Amino acid sequence: MPDTGFGILSLLLAAPLVVAILIGLAPGKSHGAIRAIGIGGSGLIFLMSVIGLQGFDGSTHRFQFVESLPLIPQLGITYKLGMDGISYWLVLLTTLLTFLSLIFSVYVKERVRAYFALMLVLETAMLGVFLALDGILFYCFFEASLIPMALLIAVWGGSNRRKAAIKFFVYTFAASIFLLAGLIVMAIQLQQATGVLSFDILALQAAAAEGILWAAHPALQMTIFIAFAVAFAVKCPMFPVHTWLPDAHTEAPTAGSIILAGVLLKMGTYGFLRMGIPLFPEASLEAAPFINLLAVIGIIYGALVAARQVDVKKLVAYSSVAHMGFVMLGIFSFDSNGMIGGAYQQLNHGISTGGLFLLIGLLYERIHTRLFKDMGGLKAQMPVYAMLFLIMMLSSVGVPGLNGFVGEFLALMGSFQSALDGVVDMPIALPIIAATGVIFAAVYLLIMFQKVFYGPITNPMLSRLKDLKRWEVGLTMCFVALAFLGGILPNIFLKPMEASVDAVRRMAIEAPGPNKIKWNEPAPTAMANTGEVN
Amino acid sequence: MQNEIVLGYPTFDWLGLAPVIAVIVGGLLALMLEMARPKSRNRGVVGVSLASLAVAGWFAVTSIGQPAQESMGGQVVRDGPGLIIQLLIIAVTALTVTFSDAYLRRRGIAFGEFYPLALWAASGAMVMATTRDLLMLFLGLEIMSISLYCLAGLSTKERRSEEASLKYLLLGAFASAFLLLGIAFLFGASGSLHLSALPGSLAAPDPTMARFAEFGLILVIAGLFFKLAVFPFHQWTPDVYQGAPTNVTAFMAALVKPATLIFLYRLLEASLVARDLWMPIIFWGAILTMTVGNLSALVSKDAKRTLAYSSIAHAGYLLVGLAAWAASPEKITPNAILFYLVSYGITTIGIFASMTLLATTTREDTRLSALNGLWRRSPWTAAAMVVFAASLLGMPIFAGFWAKILILQDAFTAEQTTLALVLIVNSIISAIYYVNMGREVFVEDEPEPMFTENPPARSAQGTLGLQVTVAICAGLTIVGALLIPTLFQSFEATKMVDSSVEQAPLTPPDEAWPEKPEPVAKQ
Repeated sequence: MPDTGFGILSLLLAAPLVVAILIGLAPGKSHGAIRAIGIGGSGLIFLMSVIGLQGFDGSTHRFQFVESLPLIPQLGITYKLGMDGISYWLVLLTTLLTFLSLIFSVYVKERVRAYFALMLVLETAMLGVFLALDGILFYCFFEASLIPMALLIAVWGGSNRRKAAIKFFVYTFAASIFLLAGLIVMAIQLQQATGVLSFDILALQAAAAEGILWAAHPALQMTIFIAFAVAFAVKCPMFPVHTWLPDAHTEAPTAGSIILAGVLLKMGTYGFLRMGIPLFPEASLEAAPFINLLAVIGIIYGALVAARQVDVKKLVAYSSVAHMGFVMLGIFSFDSNGMIGGAYQQLNHGISTGGLFLLIGLLYERIHTRLFKDMGGLKAQMPVYAMLFLIMMLSSVGVPGLNGFVGEFLALMGSFQSALDGVVDMPIALPIIAATGVIFAAVYLLIMFQKVFYGPITNPMLSRLKDLKRWEVGLTMCFVALAFLGGILPNIFLKPMEASVDAVRRMAIEAPGPNKIKWNEPAPTAMANTGEVN
Repeated sequence: MQNEIVLGYPTFDWLGLAPVIAVIVGGLLALMLEMARPKSRNRGVVGVSLASLAVAGWFAVTSIGQPAQESMGGQVVRDGPGLIIQLLIIAVTALTVTFSDAYLRRRGIAFGEFYPLALWAASGAMVMATTRDLLMLFLGLEIMSISLYCLAGLSTKERRSEEASLKYLLLGAFASAFLLLGIAFLFGASGSLHLSALPGSLAAPDPTMARFAEFGLILVIAGLFFKLAVFPFHQWTPDVYQGAPTNVTAFMAALVKPATLIFLYRLLEASLVARDLWMPIIFWGAILTMTVGNLSALVSKDAKRTLAYSSIAHAGYLLVGLAAWAASPEKITPNAILFYLVSYGITTIGIFASMTLLATTTREDTRLSALNGLWRRSPWTAAAMVVFAASLLGMPIFAGFWAKILILQDAFTAEQTTLALVLIVNSIISAIYYVNMGREVFVEDEPEPMFTENPPARSAQGTLGLQVTVAICAGLTIVGALLIPTLFQSFEATKMVDSSVEQAPLTPPDEAWPEKPEPVAKQ
């Protein structure tokens, strides 16, 4: 599907901004109009992403719907968008979660206009990260997501919001500026190797595949990989750079938490899949044991810390650390099952943790507390809520039949396979320990369920509680349905991403050479302008 | 080498001088108009100022794209970088003039003097930007500085404004002495005030002469460092920035850096033979300036003071660009520095202009905490302030980001990895105080009973000039990246004159020496 100029992807990127501007211009002080525009607009964007991307072909690893426009030719910066199997689902996840979390946001009563506008700006930034095929463009969107998110936390967040927002911002900004430095050094390497200054990810990957990108300074590959890995690891977040996450998650408003857990964390793992591995094949293979070790520590540590929380939102936040550990473990197994499991687990985590945050948000709007000691015995008061919560929780635990199981199973299986085959030089103990993390997950999540829903009602406020309203049930059912769908018919999700994920795996483990798999066929030379064949 | 300059008839390049003349004449007209009109109405003064700047801008724009040339016996140079800086100076002056009216009125500052002085300061800066002659540099620098000393003390009712003015004057005089002594040494070594004589004298066979030249060079660099606020000559900046009226601070920050840096660039370009001598100065100057600026900004509780320290840090970033260029001048053009100056100038004007909203007739509360909840009082200004802070921090997609990328790219290309890394670490440090500023604007603390009422801020958002300025600055900050290709092209089109000056020994004699339009620096 050769395509240049503007197409569906640019449309998708621009649409949230347009809606945000419409919200800004919406007349009067009525919140109704703003909400209607915001929810309707994001719903249309979701529909647009579903319908517009129907032509997506999951059988190839090539990028589709590619758009390319030189932005600042002197710097080698191109406005280049494209989509493959990995970004396909993440784009849909983004548009869906934004839509759903905006529906929830009718609960927001203060500064509604700015809130909705910021959420939509955030949507553009997130979509941009998943669609950008130019390093600098990627970085721009990567960073652009920071300001709206930090503002969402700082203005609409919980009691400790100011500190959390600043911590979130500075932490991730500090990490990602290394990404920028790495990108620049890499582009200069490309220029020295081929004579073309370009941040085009496809061109960089082609040069890496041919082994010319790092030929001049082989040692540089590891250095720059570390710079990239730091940026992505903070976003993921991996142990030990996860400390911003519990604060940010806990203090963020509910919709912010859904987006943060559902999409923003995926930018880190997506970054590894899009750049970290393909552009640094040797370095990523070399670093894999260490990264896997950190992932396993994250799984166990996240689970243990989660079990000790007294705040339900913080518990889910720490469980994210553990779950993202599985994603990383899967991706860095370099096994075809493991990688697809990791990539799939990204989506599952978005759905199950997003769903849990939504449910916690619904409860918080009723009782205005997140502490276990103020809960207990909710089952009798809110049976429907309890049921939905149970399903989402089990999805998070990874019970067979629900989506979490498939992803975790594939990731663990791949990790075992990889340790046994010696693809990644790590002891078999690592995946074994990781597998125990599944048990821990069951422990802390069941403890949470018990504390919230069983036992006597201690808080007098709870006895007056009403169950979910109809629209709230409908909203939650979207998450529940997806959890079931992903668990029972995982191939719907796995098939379209298979080719792309496998391409990334081959990019990592194949020896460099002219025949190595590439996203674009001809490597750029000084003569040809970096034309991409697609 | 000696006496070369005075030989022959100089070519006369009116177009090169036209922008400067336009601004000076504009200043004179503004002054006369101000005296003729009653104090209460100064629309005319503003109009004349803007008109003269527009004329100057028009002259400068028409010169862009023409081949570079040096005229007036080597005293006026017309080339790409110089014109860009001139245009930048014109732009920041126009922006300052646009938003100053309401602020000066509200603060009860005598605004009659403001406009002529601002225009003359701009003319001095424009002279600095388009000369490769040390005497002209001194002339331009003094015209600019003396005007700025007066401007800093414009708020006569305020003690700290007076203090700022005096401090600036004393330390500025000190720096001028350095500069002048340096110029004297350079003249002694080469017998010429023109930069083209520098390489010869620095590489003079007679080592004593060469030492003289080197010593002079270092003194001149020190004098320029003072104006740039480079460590250790940065001490005046926070006090002066904080004490001066806010519009003057904006003007000062955006005006002095470009004019000084472009001359520093020309100076270093002419003395590349002695690179080993001054490279460490630039290198350590960059590192220390960045670090000291950012670390001091962290602990500052005053918004203007924070921005003053941030301006010091930005001077450090600019020096990184300069060092990268100096390390491999054959590969790197000073485009990065030019774009950085443009982006910094626009953003700085914007952020200070937004800050004038905080001023009241009685006092001006510039504490960071005074920004608290600005969001509610004037949402658009608050949004613009976030844009400016983000740009200063170097967040995409704002102009400051592209500027930082350009500098980093140059630094890595020139293999100045240390400088690049220090810059990165400093960017991270700076994130803390910029975010803090953004937070103050957007997040309301629980109401502080003492200062809950802040009525003027409400009324202030109505002034058209401020809105226009903030809107223009914010717009340029957002789409700043689009300026980069233009910038590169104009630089390509008009390359710098290289070290051998094109002397046109014989021109038609009908162009005799006209009296030089000596700028009027005093009022």
